[in-house]
Amino acid sequence: MDKPFAITLDPGSSLANRTGSWRTYKPVYLDRLPPCNAACPAGENIQGWLYHAESGDYEAAWRALTENNPLPAIMGRVCYHPCEGACNRQHIDAAVGINSVERFLGDEAIKRGWAFPKPEKKSGKRVLVVGAGPSGLSAAYHLARLGHEVEIHEAGPYAGGMMRFGIPQYRLPRDVLNAEVKRILDLGVVLRLDTKVANIRESMQVGKFDAAFLAVGAHIGKRAFIPAGDATKIVDAVSVLRSMEGEEKPMLGRRVVVYGGGNTAIDVARTAKRLGATEAIIVYRRTREKMPAHDFEVEEALQEGVMVKWLSTIKQAGEGEITIEKMALDDKGFPQPTGEFETLAADSVVLALGQDVDLSLLDGVPGLEIKDGTVQVGPNMMTGHAGIFAGGDMVPSERTVTVAVGHGKKAARHIDAWLAGGAYAPAPKHELAGFEKLNPWYYSEAPHTLRPTLDIIRRQSTFEEVQGGLDEGNALFEARRCLSCGNCFECDNCYGVCPDNAVIKLGPGKRFEFNYDYCKGCGVCAAECPCGAIKMVAEDI
Amino acid sequence: MSHQPVKFYQTGTFTVGNRLLAPEERSVQASAKRFNSINSGHRACQGCGEALGARYAIDAAMEASHGQLVCANATGCLEVFSTPYPETSWQLPWIHSLFGNAAAVATGIAAAMKVKSIKAGKGPVPATRVVAQGGDGGTTDIGFGCLSGMFERNDDVLYICYDNGGYMNTGVQRSSATPPAARTATTMAVGPEPGNVFGQGKFVPAIAVAHEIPYVATATVADLRDLEAKVKKAMTIRGARYIHILVPCPLGWGAASHETIKLARLAKETGVFPVFEAEHGEITGSLKIRRKLPVEEYLRPQKRYAHLFGKQPRVEVIARLQALADRNVKKYGLLDGGTL
Ligand SMILES: Cc1cc2nc3c(=O)[nH]c(=O)nc-3n(C[C@H](O)[C@H](O)[C@H](O)COP(=O)(O)OP(=O)(O)OC[C@H]3O[C@@H](n4cnc5c(N)ncnc54)[C@H](O)[C@@H]3O)c2cc1C
Ligand SMILES: Cc1ncc(C[n+]2csc(CCOP(=O)(O)OP(=O)(O)O)c2C)c(N)n1
Ligand code: SF4
Ligand SMILES: [Mg+2]
Repeated sequence: MDKPFAITLDPGSSLANRTGSWRTYKPVYLDRLPPCNAACPAGENIQGWLYHAESGDYEAAWRALTENNPLPAIMGRVCYHPCEGACNRQHIDAAVGINSVERFLGDEAIKRGWAFPKPEKKSGKRVLVVGAGPSGLSAAYHLARLGHEVEIHEAGPYAGGMMRFGIPQYRLPRDVLNAEVKRILDLGVVLRLDTKVANIRESMQVGKFDAAFLAVGAHIGKRAFIPAGDATKIVDAVSVLRSMEGEEKPMLGRRVVVYGGGNTAIDVARTAKRLGATEAIIVYRRTREKMPAHDFEVEEALQEGVMVKWLSTIKQAGEGEITIEKMALDDKGFPQPTGEFETLAADSVVLALGQDVDLSLLDGVPGLEIKDGTVQVGPNMMTGHAGIFAGGDMVPSERTVTVAVGHGKKAARHIDAWLAGGAYAPAPKHELAGFEKLNPWYYSEAPHTLRPTLDIIRRQSTFEEVQGGLDEGNALFEARRCLSCGNCFECDNCYGVCPDNAVIKLGPGKRFEFNYDYCKGCGVCAAECPCGAIKMVAEDI
Repeated sequence: MSHQPVKFYQTGTFTVGNRLLAPEERSVQASAKRFNSINSGHRACQGCGEALGARYAIDAAMEASHGQLVCANATGCLEVFSTPYPETSWQLPWIHSLFGNAAAVATGIAAAMKVKSIKAGKGPVPATRVVAQGGDGGTTDIGFGCLSGMFERNDDVLYICYDNGGYMNTGVQRSSATPPAARTATTMAVGPEPGNVFGQGKFVPAIAVAHEIPYVATATVADLRDLEAKVKKAMTIRGARYIHILVPCPLGWGAASHETIKLARLAKETGVFPVFEAEHGEITGSLKIRRKLPVEEYLRPQKRYAHLFGKQPRVEVIARLQALADRNVKKYGLLDGGTL
C-alpha cells in the first residue's frame, strides 16, 4: 500500500491491544441465594417463579413453583410466609407480597385446569404414606413424580388433615383444598379414606410396601386440670373444629370462653362468633406480645369482636360461669398468680392448649426414638427404623402447613434415593444475597399492593373467605416489585456501564458473558449490578 | 425532564435496559447492535468515566445521524488513550488536531460538508453531521476562544465537553473547571487554604447559555437515559449546541475504579453538579434530585478531598461546598417544587 508522507504503518484497530492483561481482579457472574428462598420451609424457588410471573407467563411461574410445592392455592391462604419476613424489599419500602402472588398463581391454575406432568418412568417400588395432611400429600406428590407407586392411608373421611379438620373455611375454602388434592391424585396416587393404620409394620407387609412415610399429625387435644361442676361444658378446640366439617355443628352456647393463646385458640373463637355466640372470650395467661398466635390473626379476631383477657388463668368452672385469676409477669417474663379473682359468664369452655401425637401405630417397632411425644428423625427424615420415614407435626417441628410440605418433599427425595440403594445429596447452597449485595438505586418506587378484605358484617356471621385475592393487574405489579436478589434479570446494566465494551450480550434469556481479553477489572459492572449477580474475584498473579 | 421516564417496570428507566421493556423504551446502550464508537483495547485507566461518557454520547449521536458523523477531537486523555499510532479505537471518521482548536476544526468540517452537499445538488443542509469533543482543559481554558466563536457564529456543530475537573492527561493539573478545595498537582493540599481556591474558575455551561445558542445541556455518566435523550435532542437541532458531561476520573480524583458511576450519581444527588437543559438562552428544565444527600457523601470517597477529613475535619470548608451545592439546588430547581 502507498502510504502518505511520514506514515510507515498501516492503520490498525485497538483490538490488537488486549487490555485484559491489566486485570488484578475479574468479574464473574453468579447466582446468589435470595433471602426469600433461604427462608421458605418448603424450599420454594420464589425468586425463580416470580421471574416468570413478572413477564406475565403465569403458567411457567406455576410450574416452577410446583416443582417444590404442589399446594400454591392453599399456601397463598394459610402459609405464614417467612419469605416476606426475609424479603430484601422491606429495606426499600415493604416486602414483596409473595404470598398473594402465590395465591393468584394457585387460583389461576385451578381456574385454567393446569395439571402436573405424569412421571416418565416407573420405578416398580411401592411406598405407603400414612395420613393425608399436607406432609403426606406433599410426599405422595413428589414420590409419584419420581415414578413410585404411592398409596395414602387416611383415617378420616376426607383428605387434608388439619387443613380440613383444623383451619376454618373462612381462611381456606374447601373447594380450593379439594382441587389441589385432586390434582395430586390425578398423578395416579391411590387414596384410601377411613383407613386407619393401627400397626405400621403390618400394613406395610400386607400391602407389600418397600418404604413408608408417616405423617399422622398431632390430633390429641392437650388437657388442663380445671375443677368443674358437672354442668359445665368443657371441650377441646380440635374436636370443635373437626365437628365443623360434619353434619352437626358444635353447640357451644352464647357465651364461649377459649383457653389458650395459639392460632387454634384464635380460630376457635372466630368460629364460635360465626356460629352465633354473642361473646367469644379468649383467656390467655401472658401478654399479647408473648402470644404464639400471629399478630395479624389476633388483629382480625379483635376486629370481628373476639375479646381477650390477657394475663389470666382459669381457676374453676362452675354452672354458667368461670373464675379466672389475674397474673403478673415476673422479672424473667413468666406469669405468676396474683391472688386476684374475677368471674366470667360462660356456657362452655374450649381448651386450645396444643396437641399431642397419637403414636400407637408405632407400638412395637424396634429402633425408634421417641422424645417429648414426637418421633425423632435423622437429617434424611428417616426414623430409627430403616425404611420408615416421618415428617410434619409428628416429628419435632414448628408445626405449620409449610414445614409439613417441606418435610414431605425432603422425605420423598431421600426415600427415592434409599429405594435405589443410595443416598440423596442436596445441591450445595449458594451464598446469600443479603441487602448489602444489592445496588438499590436502580429500583423504582413501588408501594406494596394490599389484598381486599371481606366486610366486617359478613365476617361475623358467615364462613365466607375473609381475605380476597389479587387480580391479574395487581398480581403482575406485585410480582414486578421483586428485586430478583442475587439472580440476573437482564437489565443490561453490566453491558451498558463497562467502559471497555467487555461485556457480551447473549440475547433474551441467555444473560451475558465477560470478554476477558479486554476486561480491565475496574469493577464498575459489579458495583452497578442492581441485584448482586456479579462478584469480583482476585486473579492469581 | 429530558426523557419520559418509564414509571414502573421493576427498574423503570434507571437501568440501561430491562427484558420487560418494549424495545423502543430501551436505551441505545442496551442494544446488542450499538455502534461501540470507541472500541475495546483503548488505553484508558480502569473505570475511566471519560471513555464511558464518550461512548454513551457518540453512540447516541451515531444512532441519531444514522452513522453519518464526523468527529473532531482536542488533545487530552480521550485522544491519547484512543489513538496511539498506528492503532485507533474510533469506529467513525475522527480527526485530531490540537489541544485548543477542536471547535474551529469542527466548524471547518461543517463548512466543507455544506459545500459538498451544495455541489452534489443536495442543498445547503448536509446529511453528514459534525461533533467536536474535548476535555475540560481543552474546552474551558485553551479552547475557549475557538468555542465562543463557534457559538457566536452559530456553526452547525455539537460540542461535547468531558469534564473530569482537571488536566488529567498530563498529570492532574488544575483547570478552570477544577472545583474549589480539590487537590491537584498545582493546587496542593498545603497551607491555610489547601487545595483549589474558592472564587475562581468558571462554569462553561452557564457561559454557553449566555451565548443564547439553540441548545445547551449538562449530563453525567450516572444518568444514561438523560444523557442519550440530550444527545439525540441536540442532533435534531441545526446550529451551535453544547453538552457538558461530568465524567469522574479515578486517577485524578483518587477514587476506586469501581466508584466512577457512583460518584457521578452522588455529584448529582448532592447538588454539586446541576443537571439541566437550556434553549436559546433560557433554562428549560432540570433533572431532579431523587434522594438529597449532604456533600460529604460525595467528597469523602475522593482522595482529592482527603485533607477535609483529617484528624480535624475542615467543617468550615465543607460548609462552603455545601453552600455552593445548595445554591445550585435553588438556581436550577433541583428539588421537586423548585423554581423550575
Ligand atoms: C386450628 C388450626 C389452625 C391452623 N392454622 C394454620 C395456618 O394457618 N397455617 C399453617 O401453616 N399451619 C396451621 N396449622 C398447623 C397445620 O395445620 C399443621 O402443622 C399441619 O396440618 C400438619 O400437617 P401434617 O401432615 O403433619 O398433619 P395433619 O395435617 O394433622 O394430617 C395428619 C393426617 O393423618 C391422619 N391420621 C392420623 N393418624 C392416622 C393413622 N393412624 N392412620 C391413618 N391416618 C392417620 C389424620 O386423620 C390426618 O388427616 C393450624 C393448626 C390448627 C390445629
Ligand atoms: C498547546 C498545548 N499545551 C499543552 C499540551 C499538553 N497537554 C496535552 S493534554 C493536556 C491536558 C488535557 O486536559 P483536558 O483537556 O482537561 O483533558 P483530560 O486529559 O483531562 O481528559 C495538556 C496540558 C498540549 N498538547 N498542547
Ligand atoms: S425482593 Fe424478590 S428475590 Fe428478593 S427477597 Fe423479596 S421476593 Fe425474594
Ligand atoms: Mg480534564
